Amino acid sequence: MESLDELKGRAEQAVPGAKITIVPNPGPANQPSLLLDNEHAAAVVRFLRDDAVLRLDHCSNATGVDWLDRKVSKKVKVKKVVEGEEKEVEETQEEFFPGYLEAVYHLYSMTHKHGPVVIRTRTKDRAEGARLPSLTPIYRSAEFQEREIFDLYGVRFDGHPDLRRILMWDEFEDFPMRKDYREPDDYEYEPTPHDDVLERAKEHYSARPQLDGAENLTAPS
Amino acid sequence: MSGQVDESLRSELQKQGIWVTSTQELYNWGRRNSIWPLQFGLACCAIEMIATAASRYDLARFGGEVFRPSPRQADLMIVAGTVTKKMAPQIVRLYNQMPDPKYVISMGACAISGGPFKRGYNVLKGIDRYIPVDVYIPGCPPRPEALLHAFMELQRKIDGQRLTGNGKAAFLDPKQPSDFPVPAFGAHDLEPPSNPEVFQPPLMERT
Repeated sequence: MESLDELKGRAEQAVPGAKITIVPNPGPANQPSLLLDNEHAAAVVRFLRDDAVLRLDHCSNATGVDWLDRKVSKKVKVKKVVEGEEKEVEETQEEFFPGYLEAVYHLYSMTHKHGPVVIRTRTKDRAEGARLPSLTPIYRSAEFQEREIFDLYGVRFDGHPDLRRILMWDEFEDFPMRKDYREPDDYEYEPTPHDDVLERAKEHYSARPQLDGAENLTAPS
Repeated sequence: MSGQVDESLRSELQKQGIWVTSTQELYNWGRRNSIWPLQFGLACCAIEMIATAASRYDLARFGGEVFRPSPRQADLMIVAGTVTKKMAPQIVRLYNQMPDPKYVISMGACAISGGPFKRGYNVLKGIDRYIPVDVYIPGCPPRPEALLHAFMELQRKIDGQRLTGNGKAAFLDPKQPSDFPVPAFGAHDLEPPSNPEVFQPPLMERT
């Protein structure tokens, strides 16, 4: 298969106006992916599917990723005037990256037996009702997986024919795979609590007035 | 009931071809040897349950081979597998539809407590939060021998049931509930998250 750079160039030529970014993967997998802009994502993916050389006709997997807001502090050398003299001074600058939700698709070619090409689309923010274009009109196999992304991450897919929850019940309001999700406290009895479960289990502990001072009572009697 | 007939007299009579029994013994004998389980499975424990019912382990030796596809004809509910929160109301509803006397075997770690999925958002932390359980089988999944053991344990329990007097079986007491409220799908969790009439977890001790 051609390299991702060539692929990107050809796709951008085929779909005028499309902005494709190659997202490097510095991990051991070293599997870079293509970040598509939401406006042209469907057209680009249609090109990837129909192009005679690529023929990525099989979407094997679609999944979601939740990226929280993050701050990256780095040390920058800045020229400053100190005591009438220009000097290079190291300063820490904080850069703020707003969070977003991501849908990741793995495309393979059954015809040419190559792949995967990993593509991503990103929402603007993590707010309720974040939107992404649906790839279900192009790959039927994405239908349930996009429903799952909607169910667990709360991404709404434009153009999806039947966007409902698939694993949780319809009345459910939360999005449990988001990183800020907190599951309901039903740890009435936890025989071996540890870590954050221990913290929550403590709320259910019985009082031990004979051992603790009365002021340390934590649980209702 | 054996208290009413002297055991040695009874065995003496039996040698002469006279069989003395009581209504209670007859009832329990019948119930014990013809337990019809409800035919449903939820996860990998169901595979072990199927193996138990098939020829190698042969649940028929204990009178439990007639798996019924309808709760109206079942005596025993084997909760074999992970009960998700989406599934829990249906399980309780099926239990409510079973006629008395009815028994529940909670098979495997998931049905007991949620098992490896206990800290997840979508798995019920034990079916005993909503319905009373007679026998728990630990294991992940329990082997067919464990299910047979649980079955025999249940038979022992049925054998000890009294039809009259103090301490008679719970299902004979009209005041005892035979069906339990079905939890509703809430915005964040099942509502209520457990039935306090059934589920009273031990208070946690601080160490």
